[in-house]
Amino acid sequence: MFHCGDLIDTGLSGTNAKGATDPIVKQATTVRQQEWVIETLIRVSGFSAVLFVALIFIFLLKEGTPAFAQVPLANLFGQRWYPTEGLFGTLPLLAGSLLVTLGATVMALPLGLATAVFIHELAPDWLREVLKPLIEVLAGIPSVVLGFLGMTAIAPLVQQHLNVPTGLTAFTGSLMLAYMALPTIISVAEDAIDAVPSQYRDGALALGATRWQTIWRVVLPASRFGVIIAVMLGIGRAIGETMAVMMVTGNAARVPHEWDALFHPVRTMTATVAAEMGEVAQGSMHYSVLFAVGILLFVLTFIVNAFASSIMIRGGRRRGGRLMG
Amino acid sequence: MRPSRQTSQRVAFAGLTVLATVVVIPIVLVVVYIVAQGIGALSWEFLTAMPQNGMKSGGIFPAIVGTLILTFGTALVSIPLALGAAIYLAEYAQDNWLTQAIRLAIVNLAGIPSVVYGLFGLGLFVLFMRLGTSIVAGSLTLGLMTLPVVISTAEEALSAVPGQFRVVSRSLGATRWQTIRHVVLPNALPGILTGVILGLERAAGETAPILFTVAAFYLPQLPSSPFDQTMALPYHLYVISTQVPGMPLRIQYGTALVLLLLVLGLDLTATLIRRQYRRRRQW
Repeated sequence: MFHCGDLIDTGLSGTNAKGATDPIVKQATTVRQQEWVIETLIRVSGFSAVLFVALIFIFLLKEGTPAFAQVPLANLFGQRWYPTEGLFGTLPLLAGSLLVTLGATVMALPLGLATAVFIHELAPDWLREVLKPLIEVLAGIPSVVLGFLGMTAIAPLVQQHLNVPTGLTAFTGSLMLAYMALPTIISVAEDAIDAVPSQYRDGALALGATRWQTIWRVVLPASRFGVIIAVMLGIGRAIGETMAVMMVTGNAARVPHEWDALFHPVRTMTATVAAEMGEVAQGSMHYSVLFAVGILLFVLTFIVNAFASSIMIRGGRRRGGRLMG
Repeated sequence: MRPSRQTSQRVAFAGLTVLATVVVIPIVLVVVYIVAQGIGALSWEFLTAMPQNGMKSGGIFPAIVGTLILTFGTALVSIPLALGAAIYLAEYAQDNWLTQAIRLAIVNLAGIPSVVYGLFGLGLFVLFMRLGTSIVAGSLTLGLMTLPVVISTAEEALSAVPGQFRVVSRSLGATRWQTIRHVVLPNALPGILTGVILGLERAAGETAPILFTVAAFYLPQLPSSPFDQTMALPYHLYVISTQVPGMPLRIQYGTALVLLLLVLGLDLTATLIRRQYRRRRQW
């Protein structure tokens, strides 16, 4: 595995007394120069992640700023999205995204948490070996495939069984999104449950608690930070999901206000950008506004993710502190 | 009277089992349904022929080739950058604000919606760098999008190599880079490979980032240079299921099945590598 030549050359270079012209010393210098180049490249790619986040934000701003500068705010945050008539109200899109995401969270949270507990606490080993890859399969299915299936197979079911005029509704979108967020929620929640020190569990059981009491009163409360992180990451995924949502929510840009809004078509921010960007003239106001919607999406997901990672850092510290103390 | 502790445990466990079933059954159903509906369309001709008759008959060859090219391009962009970043984080980074900023950036890169990557690719690569809607622009966009997945898995694989390996190597006189190159990397390779495949799997299935950067509705011939547009499987599925009226359902499901098989094939490869690696690992 080692290239012994390299090692011996550099190893001996310092103790060699023949001076700088010695070929061995010269070779060691080349090795050092090569390493300097490689290590610099490594450092640069390390910092590149920060650079890319900045670049993404800068280019969204560059293309989206004209929208904020030239479209009156009352129009930009108005209730009507009719780009061809110069009405760029993003409120229906924002409301659509929030409604679909909220619906998805309400469905995915209990399902995801229960599955994480089931896999970690109840399932026998062989079942766990089956379930985990299966959930990874779900994570791997491309969103356009799920959207296609939602459109052709699930929307008709929704229409029939819920007796609504069209199956392409916010509910259908939430349902798809819930399943798409599940792999994230399950795996993060399971990690959190796994991280609960076994002494907690043993202590509760030794005091006479049943397994369920231990799970409900000890394990879940102790893993609450992880569970919150799981939910935040799930929400982040749901807000940003594009293709599946575009294909199943019906894309009607209206502010949902009825009590049964979940069962009407809506249009999300992501779907609007994806559907309309291909058709606008580059540099037009419509084009800038779509980038502005992109900025909104970027900021929303940034907040959600920053919140999740701040809990990750703080929660870890707090638990560590308690264990040490 | 409160139910006994045993009864409530039984009820709770039954509830958990039901909820877990509700999660798992649809996954199986989705896969089985797509296979059942799409298998009839699969044939040698479907995989290797050009689309004909307004895509309503013939094959999906250019879309398959396009997706393979894009996946390859993504790998070219993503692997060197992600590997460098992972090595930096695992081997060089100190615990300071800069490292925290990098980690925060990676978490946020992972959270940026795919359609926003598409917008960014359009703004930077297609327009600003004047690459046009091209394979290069699409690969760069997809490559950036896969960075966080590959970086995190690769970093995890590098960190899992025991510290003693490094200590021994350095004590034998190897430099830091020699240690990384000859000791750490070979031991972490299977884990890194798993991460790369997972990233490429995501890239192969994505539609939103390629919408405005590379994807073509229909092309009568294969791309001939990296600056050409190309068709791609996910975008093709989107097009034929929403934009082309009267499209035979059989072809739609066939396309969905091919995409699913491609992606799950990559997934399976990653799982197998990981398994093999766990079995062979000697620490």
